[in-house]
Amino acid sequence: MIYLDLLIGFLKVGLFSFGGAYSAIPLIRDVVLSYGWLDDEMLTYMIAVSESTPGPIMVNMATYVGSSQAGFLGAFIATTAVVLPSFVIILLIMILLKKLLNNPYVQAVLRGMKPCMVGIILATGIYIITLNCCGNPKDFKLNAMSTVMTIILAVIYFGSRKFLKKGISPIVLIVISAILGILVYGCF
Amino acid sequence: MKLLLELFGAFAKIGLFTFGGGYAMIALIEDICVERKKWIPHEEMLDITVIAESTPGPIAINCATYVGYKRSGMAGAIAATVGIVLPSFCIIFLISMFLNSFLDNRWLASAFMGIKLSVGILIIDAAIKMIGKMRKKTLPCIIMSCSFIAMLLIDIFALQMSSITLMLVAAVVGLAVFRMKKHPAKEGNAR
Repeated sequence: MIYLDLLIGFLKVGLFSFGGAYSAIPLIRDVVLSYGWLDDEMLTYMIAVSESTPGPIMVNMATYVGSSQAGFLGAFIATTAVVLPSFVIILLIMILLKKLLNNPYVQAVLRGMKPCMVGIILATGIYIITLNCCGNPKDFKLNAMSTVMTIILAVIYFGSRKFLKKGISPIVLIVISAILGILVYGCF
Repeated sequence: MKLLLELFGAFAKIGLFTFGGGYAMIALIEDICVERKKWIPHEEMLDITVIAESTPGPIAINCATYVGYKRSGMAGAIAATVGIVLPSFCIIFLISMFLNSFLDNRWLASAFMGIKLSVGILIIDAAIKMIGKMRKKTLPCIIMSCSFIAMLLIDIFALQMSSITLMLVAAVVGLAVFRMKKHPAKEGNAR
């Protein structure tokens, strides 16, 4: 039952994504790959679309996956599911447990989970770049063009912080990479 | 009722005009809720940010629920949360209907092939920023390295293990270390 799968899958994402938008990406990747809803290729496209459209990335991804799998109702269920855990938890904290977050046991759990999340995000980023540059680890083949372009983009993105106060924004990087993509892949 | 509409409207505006989610939204929420509407004082906004960081889910949603509940209870919480979600829901729903036909277009497809490359860079950048904010102590560093290696192995060998399992293990480790620090003598005797 697709609606139930969407509900459970995105409840999990909403419940475990500590620490901002990018922490949801490994979890969403887990869910969509294990149900076979999207492949890695489509997933990275959607991350870029979510980054370039307004609103929280997690919500955007949930809406897209839900809609692509089961139309409007699917989008509605997935979006509700991803929002519900944080909605309920904030209400609980405000109504019942103002001190909950100061509880030493809760703090201990968070101290364990947060660095774990950071490691997971770093691994996901590196794995996605490896997929782009070398393909699937099962048939490893260096794609020279993608590798060179990734390096150029990384130099532009991180290097811009040396010259501009805050560096270029993620959206500007996405636009630059789109133009580079059209020039390199479209024209050859 | 007027306040509910106002909450809905304000958060719909925030949802519509912030790109990239997360911290970009906090700045706008602060501007509207603290400076203009004076719904909450500045110090409370800082509290919300801390709470939002320690609870799961999009930070913007956490803020919306908090401010909405604070101003007019359950109905307010719902109005603000629906407000912040609705704009992106509509936009992405429209995009989802056209994205596949977009990708049939040769130029857009090659644009997306370029875009794909920048996504990995953005994820790594997010991770680097989080490492920068992390406490540089032994325990977090060990947990981070272990989860990094475990996740990489899971990806490379396509293991059937979820990152949620990793996080639950890390939560147990966090608790266990806390217990051991609190009752070192007891633990020693038990063994």
